[in-house]
Amino acid sequence: MDLTRSTAAELSDLLKAKQVSAREVAQAHLDRIAAVDGEVHAFLHVAADAALAQAAGIDARRAAGEELPALAGVPVAVKDVFVTEGMPTTCGSRILDGWRPPYDSTIVTRLKANGATILGKTNMDEFAMGSSTENSAYGPTHNPWDLTKIPGGSSGGSAAAVAAYQAPLATGSDTGGSIRQPAAVCGIVGTKPTYGGSSRYGVIAFASSLDTPGPFGRTVLDTALLHEAMSGHDPMDSTSIDAPVPPVVAAARAADVSGMRIGVVTELSGDGYQPGVLSKFAEAVELLEHLGAKVSEVSCPHFKYALPAYYLIAPSECSSNLARFDAMRYGLRAGDDGRLDAEQVMSLTREQGFGAEVKRRIILGTYALSSGYYDAYYGKAQQVRTLIIRDFDAAFGQVDVLISPATPTTAFGIGERADDPMAMYLADLCTIPSDLAGNAAISVPCGLAEEDGLPVGLQVMAPAMADDRLYRVAAAAEAGFTARWGQPLLNHAKGLGA
Amino acid sequence: MPITRDEVAHLARLSRIALTDQELDHLAPQLDQIISAVAQVQEVAAEGIPPTSHATGVTNVYRSDEPAPCLTPAQALDQAPAVDLQRFRVPRILGTEE
Repeated sequence: MDLTRSTAAELSDLLKAKQVSAREVAQAHLDRIAAVDGEVHAFLHVAADAALAQAAGIDARRAAGEELPALAGVPVAVKDVFVTEGMPTTCGSRILDGWRPPYDSTIVTRLKANGATILGKTNMDEFAMGSSTENSAYGPTHNPWDLTKIPGGSSGGSAAAVAAYQAPLATGSDTGGSIRQPAAVCGIVGTKPTYGGSSRYGVIAFASSLDTPGPFGRTVLDTALLHEAMSGHDPMDSTSIDAPVPPVVAAARAADVSGMRIGVVTELSGDGYQPGVLSKFAEAVELLEHLGAKVSEVSCPHFKYALPAYYLIAPSECSSNLARFDAMRYGLRAGDDGRLDAEQVMSLTREQGFGAEVKRRIILGTYALSSGYYDAYYGKAQQVRTLIIRDFDAAFGQVDVLISPATPTTAFGIGERADDPMAMYLADLCTIPSDLAGNAAISVPCGLAEEDGLPVGLQVMAPAMADDRLYRVAAAAEAGFTARWGQPLLNHAKGLGA
Repeated sequence: MPITRDEVAHLARLSRIALTDQELDHLAPQLDQIISAVAQVQEVAAEGIPPTSHATGVTNVYRSDEPAPCLTPAQALDQAPAVDLQRFRVPRILGTEE
């Protein structure tokens, strides 16, 4: 049996029944990484020794008769935005090359408490700014479906690792779509939980009012298992919501949409959308109706301003957050020859340590926040944010969830949009509204586009702290589609190697 | 109103990034294009609409003020570029003429 083809839920059962050991499971995934990551480049750091030691610890506890959590011994890949004690953490940036953090992020602490085996750190766009993982200082990740295509971003390494069977589960972070967009273009499942539902403590900050850690899996149930394990109130994050985690695992098992009211967002379709994306989305709508949902069309008139508002708010917040990389206490220090002063060293370090997109956004944010422009740009974007929240509130007065394509196109070619920032930004067209409103959203595979044979994602959006609705709808769609296709979508992927 | 190369140079100084001339040549037209696109937010009639800085609406979050373990000086200094006498060693912060 190839353990890397098993789902997290299956591995959990096998481990519980002592049919396999956590060490065997870890080794199988480390072997798979060694075999394919030269081509995929999903990982920035593989923690082989630590993973095997952690797994051996789980095996010893199980042998001693201890009752262990569901994910005990199940491997997880961790996006390099999460700080890990003693394990390299770069956030995809030269400025943090070689940095070993002195503490664990809350998400990593929880993964460890759940006994999950941490395989290593995954590639990402530098400081989570990007939609293709091409902005990583360490080179791009390749889409396992077609190695010449981007895996999405910013959590492209995590999505590719799961799609290439290097890990059954992975963590990501979503600020403008950085979980859902890579999940969609890699043909897997990814969730942006409700903002505040998962802790930001130890997640290297990009745009603090938007950053939301979340899970990736190959199935909806697996994604729910990781969602549940990583979420919940954290006193170390003052924006963390002090309420129970929504019943996501139960919802994924229920997989029932009969009688649910589902709204199709009028504004998230039309011009700029690839025909194959729209046709697969139409099939998903038809399937959900067939499964007993009441589908209607809902208008969210301000969603067309979400992208411009986001590209003012996120850069503004990033220009402030990234001021901490000042060459003084950790990370790169360049040009300190004893002659230059602190400010000159700081400017040279940031010039050498940051990539083009990060510089672009810091400068854009500095502009949007500067006096004389603040009201016209940042202030206006914040008002648009209110209007988008009101659109959602009105919509959720009529329907239980909203749906749309997760991305306007399938995976594009590596290099195709690399020097055209506006074209790159359009990849997040469908995902940004939920980030601005702080509610919950998921992407689940809904087929392969006719033109290119690449995966298409169905996005489901739910009100804040109603994350369980995402899993109910996504699991129903997954079951319906798998029955139609005869097998999971990922079985169609070519280019993965044996 | 287009954003000029000089303005971008000024913003880079404010951001403490020592951009090269080539970067400035490349970045200025890109920023101009991005800013014209995001300026669409100004089309929205937002008279009387309150701004949203944060979606949860949570304010004034407190935790109990209890001593808890924190980093030791050795841990805090472990990744520093330069250390001297249990302190971060930094480049000079005053001009040579002072």
